Amino acid sequence: MADATRTKAQLDEEFSELYRRHLRDVFSYAYYRVGNHHDAEDLTEQTFLQAYRHFERATRESEGRPLRPWLIRIAHNLAANFYRDRSRRPEAAMEDAGVISAPHDTESLVEGRDELARILAGVQELPDDRREALIMRFALGMDNREIARAMGRSDGATKVLIHRAIRQLEGKVEGYGDQRRSPKGGALGDGVTRSAGGS
Amino acid sequence: MTEAVDFEILLRRALVPIEPPDELTQRLEDTLVELTELAADELESWELSTMRDPRNWMRPAAAVVVGGAAAAALVVVRVRRRHERRHSPPGVFGLAERALRDVAEEARRVALRDR
Repeated sequence: MADATRTKAQLDEEFSELYRRHLRDVFSYAYYRVGNHHDAEDLTEQTFLQAYRHFERATRESEGRPLRPWLIRIAHNLAANFYRDRSRRPEAAMEDAGVISAPHDTESLVEGRDELARILAGVQELPDDRREALIMRFALGMDNREIARAMGRSDGATKVLIHRAIRQLEGKVEGYGDQRRSPKGGALGDGVTRSAGGS
Repeated sequence: MTEAVDFEILLRRALVPIEPPDELTQRLEDTLVELTELAADELESWELSTMRDPRNWMRPAAAVVVGGAAAAALVVVRVRRRHERRHSPPGVFGLAERALRDVAEEARRVALRDR
């Protein structure tokens, strides 16, 4: 009994640590998935409650590996249910998180604001798996292996996914720029083919 | 190649991590407390006569475990958060004293809610 109590206390300690270290990760992921603070808060709350319920088993099965991918996978599944239940996609008018939150000086703010806003808009238009991979990589700083675990893919497939996501997004952002320079200039090209030989 | 790297830098600047609002952390911690209360209520509503049958012992036992775990997790989370918010390092003895005081205070708050 004493052993069981000690194990439980240890689990509580570990869960607290997980919560403390990854609250921002989960909230950031949720925010970039759903596009507004209100739903992101709900999603974050549900993620941690579900994590709490299954924490013991996850700890046992993780064999010492970091639990962040598992946590993000919970958020991912909940977000998928969220869209299925409400039959909607992320809100296009995201509150320009990067533009607002990133530390910029005045000059770079003026120069870069439009570009960052275009990137955010482009991210929202990507297919779900590509968008998620970019959020995990750039907003959460996860490496390929972590992203692969969170998405249930192989490391190789994840690497390819991220590469294609970046190329497609780059094409989209260039497309926005072309459109701005010549408003009547016609249709945008496909992002992937436009940037395939770009660099 | 350089363009690709530049674009990744831009991506990193656009997709900055977002700090969760204080209301959310407060609400999450309150929910953990509610879990504790639910577990306690379950125990209270359990009729003693039911306990004569050993097959019914598992449920209240689980309630104790869940309630206890939520309360303990909450105490640790709150105490740590408080420490993080204090910017000036108080030294080893000061930190230990403060930690003990915080743990006692949080345990007292959780116990009061459970009554």
